[in-house]
Amino acid sequence: MISFILIIVASIFFTGIIIRTKSITSGRKGPGILQPMKDIFRLFKKGAVYSKTTSFIFQIAPSIYFGSVIMAILVIPFGQYKGIISFDGDFVFFAYILGTGKFFSIISALDTGSSFEGMGASREALFSMFAEPAFFILMGSLALLTGHTSFQQIFASLHFGSYISYVLGVLATFVLVMVSLVENSRMPFDDPKTHLELTMVHEVMILDNSGFDLGMILYATNLKFAMYGALIANLFMGSFPLYLTIPIFFGIQVLYAISVGILESFMARFRMNHNAQYILALSSVSLLIFLGVLLVLGQFS
Amino acid sequence: MAIITLFLLIILSAIALIPFVRVQWKGIITVATVIAIAILSSVVAFHTLAGKSFEYVFQGSLVTGKIPVRIDALSGWFILIINFTFITGAFYGLQYMKAYRSQKSNLSLHCINYILVQSSLIAICSLQNAIVFLVAWELMALSSFMLIIFEHYKRTTLHAGINFLIQSHISILFLTLGFIWVAMRMNSYDFKAITLFSTTNSLGSGVALFLCFFIGFAIKAGFVPFHTWLPYAHPASPSHISGVMSGVIIKIGIYGILRMLIVIQSDYLIIGYIILFISIISGIYGVMLAIIQHDLKRLLAYHSIENIGIIGIGISIGCIGIGRGNHFLTVLGFAGALLHTLNHSLFKSLLFYGAGNVYQSTHTMDIEKLGGLVKRMPQTAFLFLIAALAICGLPPFNGFVSEFLIYNGMFAGLHGSDKALLSFIVFALFGLALIGGLAMLCFTKAFGTVFLGTGRHHLEHTPAEAEMGKLIPMYAVFMLIMAIGLLPKTFVIALSQPLSLFTHLTANNIPEGILSLTGTMSMIGLCSAIFLSLAGLIFLVRKRITSNQPKTVNVTWGCGYIVPTGKMQYTASSFIRAYRKLAEPLFSIHKIKKEIKGVFPKTGERETHPYDKAEEWFIDYPLLRLKKFFNRFTFLQNGNLQFYILYGMVFILLVLAIPFLFDYINSLIKFLNQV
Repeated sequence: MISFILIIVASIFFTGIIIRTKSITSGRKGPGILQPMKDIFRLFKKGAVYSKTTSFIFQIAPSIYFGSVIMAILVIPFGQYKGIISFDGDFVFFAYILGTGKFFSIISALDTGSSFEGMGASREALFSMFAEPAFFILMGSLALLTGHTSFQQIFASLHFGSYISYVLGVLATFVLVMVSLVENSRMPFDDPKTHLELTMVHEVMILDNSGFDLGMILYATNLKFAMYGALIANLFMGSFPLYLTIPIFFGIQVLYAISVGILESFMARFRMNHNAQYILALSSVSLLIFLGVLLVLGQFS
Repeated sequence: MAIITLFLLIILSAIALIPFVRVQWKGIITVATVIAIAILSSVVAFHTLAGKSFEYVFQGSLVTGKIPVRIDALSGWFILIINFTFITGAFYGLQYMKAYRSQKSNLSLHCINYILVQSSLIAICSLQNAIVFLVAWELMALSSFMLIIFEHYKRTTLHAGINFLIQSHISILFLTLGFIWVAMRMNSYDFKAITLFSTTNSLGSGVALFLCFFIGFAIKAGFVPFHTWLPYAHPASPSHISGVMSGVIIKIGIYGILRMLIVIQSDYLIIGYIILFISIISGIYGVMLAIIQHDLKRLLAYHSIENIGIIGIGISIGCIGIGRGNHFLTVLGFAGALLHTLNHSLFKSLLFYGAGNVYQSTHTMDIEKLGGLVKRMPQTAFLFLIAALAICGLPPFNGFVSEFLIYNGMFAGLHGSDKALLSFIVFALFGLALIGGLAMLCFTKAFGTVFLGTGRHHLEHTPAEAEMGKLIPMYAVFMLIMAIGLLPKTFVIALSQPLSLFTHLTANNIPEGILSLTGTMSMIGLCSAIFLSLAGLIFLVRKRITSNQPKTVNVTWGCGYIVPTGKMQYTASSFIRAYRKLAEPLFSIHKIKKEIKGVFPKTGERETHPYDKAEEWFIDYPLLRLKKFFNRFTFLQNGNLQFYILYGMVFILLVLAIPFLFDYINSLIKFLNQV
């Protein structure tokens, strides 16, 4: 329960911080950190334009996408506190329920019959497909390290002892950050602020969404960010008491948002046709973690 | 005994009746027979799932020896799967085949063979005498061959059928070899002799025997590289046959593998590693090729290979569990495999029925020519979508439940393993996660291009929604898909008897971990239900809020261009282009290109024809070499009758002379030795 509330809270200011960081680094004053939420609320109140090519898929897809993100958040624990839903292998459910949402967002893009949206959908499907193995190998390594198979048990019994495990922590954070950037379609995989449809991934998929649906999709992006932030924070919370973990949680969320902002300010997007290889290479970082875990467990001695 | 007699009586009377009734009645009699057979066998099957087993020994003949009919829980599980899909297939076929009513005799043959396939499959599941088993297997192979070549006047269909026939017989060859090996040593055709063989002989020969059977059954099941008949046979046959074939006929191969795992007591760890390796390759290779197909049914056929791979991963994890004495692993692996067998039979048959609806209303299976069908055929589109989500293993549908079990098995297998096993499991994790992602790419492509957007091609007739006769069996499959997705616990508990055949655990000594599995299963069901209601709730809220907001309908955003046409849409090939570019080295894609050149350009063209590299290596190349070799002997076949008579004479002479010669040389050597 506590993780759910805190993720909702973090999601309110997350993208605001990213935008603010980007504006400061580029020497502008920039909007307030609540501006993205204000935009979303304005969208909730607006009417909508639907393409006449679309069918019922286009109507239901945003709701299912949003629902899938909420469902995934319900699984996230908070240090030693369980998420609202917790069972053995819940991270499989986490990854696959996000997959359901993605499936719907892809087919809703294809439903419009637009070549731009088809292009975005194609890229989204390809990129997220390659990110999946990295996540599973990472979770597998953590499961091997701790001997547990649910998010909460893994994170509660994850403690860093030796030097190798610090390296593992850093690598795990790296993989999670990268996976989250792929999943949220941010730099360096996708440029959300690009002005040309041909170079977009996620933004071009929602070209035809408007009004309430667009608001939901945008808010789901914020939620997804905060959700991955919470996962990363969980790596470091361990079994500390609550008065320590809540500041850790927000500290990591803010740090994560700022680093995304800095990354987006100083980095160019990867070449689109090499993205897939790069993302697949993330799996090898996950494999490195796996080897590290083997080292910790003394399998090589 | 009475049941078996009744079973045979029903089949024989139906076969005798069908050719002589009016064409409208042929289908109805077939459906009635299929249901009757199904009820008879399902009664027994349900009893076995409740813990009883059924055994009857026929006296048999001098050749076969005693013929035991043993139906245990494993047979029961497969009989139930077979019956369900055959019933839905029969109902679907009843409507589907109305388009072919003019071909009366062809239809009679089709109906008879449909019944024969079902009964021979049930027989395979229950017979445990090698010779009779092979007879039933042959009957199944021949009658499914007849089902495939229903449209035998098409050249491609006949080609596919003959390909199937040949490969089926290679499968039978391997099975026969295995059985003969056992019979030679043990002097008995009973399956119990196989157990005796494996316990009395060395571990190595047990593994070799298993591999011999495995290759035989793998050809039927479609493991890579034994899969090459599958992508031809499925598109060639009528849709209900493709559904039934992909749903259950290839699953008999899985049954065979599982049965052999029970009867052969051998080194399960090595067997597990071998199956795991082949399965991961099958899974990834199947879906990788599925993505680049242009023919909808061929795409689905390649997906069967992928799913067989997933089932195989489950089986191998179970084997590793037995090998390591880890019951939890055994249960997770085999439960995942058995449940995925059921699940795949459901969503794959639903997908093929959906493809059949599309085919009968548009008369094409070329994905590139279709589009926008969701508005014409909303119910087919909905059912196809559900099946597509289920086959991708996404919650809240049934595919997720079995894939979850297999994933859980892998994570459980991580604990306390050695390096070799760990690397295998991580490889499997990588594979299964990649398969999931690739399947999503494939089915967003298939569903997106066939049903969404606008039409890409001018169709002769405006497509219309399929008749209720086709939709009702599809809804029946859909209901079962939802039931497994929402109540996975019931189905996993139903699996406890088949699983106990592998674990040899009784109800009293089940370890704690396995008991907690049912809790996890009910959590998954609960989560699925929560997700469905959450999405529904969000949709209702959205509807409530947006109901009094202005809504406009306009053209799709075209970057300022206001008259979008169907030709501007993304096609299936362009949707997967980035993927194809990446994976190109692994495929063999034949391209035909005509570039646009010149100041006043003429039309350009570009065609891609995906081909199977495994087929190139394992079928085409050896065949080519063989042909070249045998071509050297063409001088023998010179068309001269006198020569042929001479060959006959020479042959007879040799047959007579060689024994004489042999004896003579023998005695000569003996004589020399004495000297």
